[in-house]
Amino acid sequence: MSTEYEAVIGLEIHVQLSTKTKMFCGCELSFGDDANVHTCPVCLALPGVLPAPNRTAFEYALKIGAALDCELSSFNSFDRKNYFYPDNPKAYQITQAVNPFAVNGKLGEVRIHHAHLEEDAAKTIHTGGAGRIQGSDASLVDFNRGGTPLVEIVTEPDLHSGAQVREWGQLLRATIKQLGVSDVNMEEGSLRCDANVSIRPAGSSELGTKTEMKNMNSFRFIERGIDAEIARQKALVEAGEPVVQETLHFDPSTGELHSLRSKEEAHDYRYLPEPDLVPVVPTQAMLDEARNSLPELPAARAARYEEIGVSEQAALLLSFETDWAEYFEGVLAAKKGVDPRVAANWVTGELSAELRKQDEQPLAETKVEPAALATLIGLVAEKKISHGAGKTVLEEMVASGADPETVVADKGLEQISDSGELEKIVIQAIEDNPKPSEQVRSGNEKAIGALVGAVMKATQGRADGGEVNRLLRQHLGL
Amino acid sequence: MGNNTELLAASGAETAAQIAAGEVSAAEVLDFWLARAAGDGLNGYLWQADRDSALSGVADSGGPLAGAPIAIKDIFCTEGVPTTAASKILSGYVPPYTATAVGHLRAAGMPMLGKTNMDEFAMGSSNENSAFGACLNPWDTGRVPGGSSGGSAAVVAGGLAPWSLGTDTGGSIRQPAGFCGIVGLKPTYGAISRFGMIAFASSLDQCGPLTRDVTDAALLLAALQGRDEMDSTSVGIEGGIEAPSAERLDGLTFGVPRDLMREGIEAGVLARFEDTLIRIAELGGEIVDIELPHAEHAISAYYVLAPAEASTNLSRYDGVRYGLRASDEDLLSMYEVTREEGFGPEVKRRIMLGTYALSSGYYDAYYGGAQRVRTRIVEDFQDAFGQVDFVVTPTSPTVAFELGEKTADPWSMYLSDIFTVPISLAGVPAISIPAGLAEPEGGGPELPVGFQIAAPAFAEQKLLEAAHALEGAIGFDGSAALEGGLA
Repeated sequence: MSTEYEAVIGLEIHVQLSTKTKMFCGCELSFGDDANVHTCPVCLALPGVLPAPNRTAFEYALKIGAALDCELSSFNSFDRKNYFYPDNPKAYQITQAVNPFAVNGKLGEVRIHHAHLEEDAAKTIHTGGAGRIQGSDASLVDFNRGGTPLVEIVTEPDLHSGAQVREWGQLLRATIKQLGVSDVNMEEGSLRCDANVSIRPAGSSELGTKTEMKNMNSFRFIERGIDAEIARQKALVEAGEPVVQETLHFDPSTGELHSLRSKEEAHDYRYLPEPDLVPVVPTQAMLDEARNSLPELPAARAARYEEIGVSEQAALLLSFETDWAEYFEGVLAAKKGVDPRVAANWVTGELSAELRKQDEQPLAETKVEPAALATLIGLVAEKKISHGAGKTVLEEMVASGADPETVVADKGLEQISDSGELEKIVIQAIEDNPKPSEQVRSGNEKAIGALVGAVMKATQGRADGGEVNRLLRQHLGL
Repeated sequence: MGNNTELLAASGAETAAQIAAGEVSAAEVLDFWLARAAGDGLNGYLWQADRDSALSGVADSGGPLAGAPIAIKDIFCTEGVPTTAASKILSGYVPPYTATAVGHLRAAGMPMLGKTNMDEFAMGSSNENSAFGACLNPWDTGRVPGGSSGGSAAVVAGGLAPWSLGTDTGGSIRQPAGFCGIVGLKPTYGAISRFGMIAFASSLDQCGPLTRDVTDAALLLAALQGRDEMDSTSVGIEGGIEAPSAERLDGLTFGVPRDLMREGIEAGVLARFEDTLIRIAELGGEIVDIELPHAEHAISAYYVLAPAEASTNLSRYDGVRYGLRASDEDLLSMYEVTREEGFGPEVKRRIMLGTYALSSGYYDAYYGGAQRVRTRIVEDFQDAFGQVDFVVTPTSPTVAFELGEKTADPWSMYLSDIFTVPISLAGVPAISIPAGLAEPEGGGPELPVGFQIAAPAFAEQKLLEAAHALEGAIGFDGSAALEGGLA
């Protein structure tokens, strides 16, 4: 009998704060500007400069700490983390190694070990070769990003699969996004995730040797990368070989894992207290403000929606995007008695799809008022029009902002309520489509779909799907 | 009016007063001092200003010290003016900004005469660690001026500048002031902004004046001190600083840490120290024996802490963005060859010491232990200042030593800071004033002896008053060296 293995995963997530200026100087934060235009003596680490901490970065960090249900520290200090690399102009990074701003939190089922403030490195670009420093012709450094305020969130090893990491990561991203303290855009690097992965026999409480996976830039890639690493470690252990502590890079285009460095090559960062900064002691007012200013966070909002009957999936979708949640609540408020579950499905399903289809319209710019959508949902719920006709109406509403009742009248989309008329169309559809009809009669019930489609086409979607099904089955002798 | 003899003899305050009274123009004063500086026979200057740029925008500013020129240690960044910290690794480096302290002097109306020689990155006690050659003592050019602010002390004592700006990490203002027979003040850590001052050991570095007398030191401190948004460790001195006027020491107590002075002090130095204690008593002050039980460990702790901070402060000199780039073969050789060629032996020694002290597995034993000693020393001084107003010692155990005398023995060089380092670790202010001349232990012409007075944190005004009273009673005359600066 083979051993069952359990994966143990902890995350280190870097969040770039969206302050106006950098962590320790007055340079503007930017993305995509010309290289090295947002620099000054401080962030270039010229001789003689000193860091001056950004108060707003502290306020933003405290909000993140509060949202992650952490204890907020009343004593913050900074340390130097020393390493040589051209993207690190002082050759040390200022970070909080000993007294971070937040400890002992929790988001969902995952405990937060701590969160600390630090500064981001500059960006290196290696020209020629494979884009890595080895084999490149030249290396260029863009210091625009250097010194951007970063919050690093370190979880306890409470995660166990790639899918769980993806889901939790999405919750974390949505939570921080709602605080308005970061763009949390993984492609632009304002949210970056490293994962520590190990495996152990299921039920064991000991931790196996871990590997670290660096800088994956989407939660889908993280899920795939972690699953690939778990599989690799299982294969090693089952073959009786040891897992070696190393840092890995996952290449999403090939699905392969490459070793970046082994434990032996690991840096000795020679931490020391940063003598250029005095400890920062947030006032009680700052700590209170961080907690009191929190909006309703995604986890709480999703729970509230599920309580009123919204499906889990729709509840998550809505609560991850504040503007969608507000739209949804606008629909509920516009019409008494609208079923929240149905309304949520219309918002996250049909409306979202139609906006995407019509030139990727953002929700903020839609001509469809929540009240109009509520009216449309009512027409369908009251069976005045079919669900299919509802979609046709919505298409027109998204395109022109038309009133749903007007569209129904203009296009003659009222549901066929005369069952005699519908029955004729059903009989005709069976005659016109002998092959699927025969298949259904001989027991292949799935073939009925083609017949439903034919009826819907003939009625331009004005028939009630349930009634069509009933009549078809009746005439096919089921 | 003002003939050359009068200009040379005038203190900084007197020069500023003469200009303000219209007796002499700022341009005449600058011309005189630039001509003196051009005759530098001490290797005191690494760079000298040209007349027009030095005068532009400062001399007619109406500032309190308008037109009184000053020499600046080459550790301060000065926009458009080469700044090297006496290191080959910054040879030719021209900063795009000016240090806050230098900006304050400019705002006070002071033209910059030039940038002075120093030990590389302020690491040294003799100025022999300069990449651009040793600086000489104007009292005896076969001897060192002290360090690291050796150039700043030598040009003032040798009549090549009326006053100067230096920095002090473990004694780098006080010891050269003592060796050169002038006044050197290290203010409380945090009194003056460090922004734009090239860092050696950030938790200890503090800039301060080197001057002919105590009044000049007070005037410069008044211009220099203050909170700076760019330096979050700066706080300034509450209430500011005024020119001192005290002539008596009645009711003040002076603590002498005899345990620290048991050995290694030259007889001549000790004699001038004891003479000065008598002067204190004559002025109404009281001498009390005190203990600083942990001060004997100060040098050991200092030579862990300062190199540890230095090892990280100096990591930025990597050949990537500015200064020397000795190789661009690949990244590692750019780092290694640049730093191998760019740093001198004492800087390398301290980088290695500091790197070792911070290494994984050694941190607590070395850096952690040294921090604990530092805390004890801070407490020692708090206890002492609970009993006395001031703590006094010789500034250094010896007078200026000969060039090359201690270069082969770093530990004996380090011991020349035995009385200044504990005060640096405690972060409190101290001043060195000339206490007379003494014959060196090996014989030879008499050389200046420094007398150090330390006060509680931010008690600079009180310190300057006491130093002013004592200075009057000592009546030291340093004019013998004023012509020693010319080649």
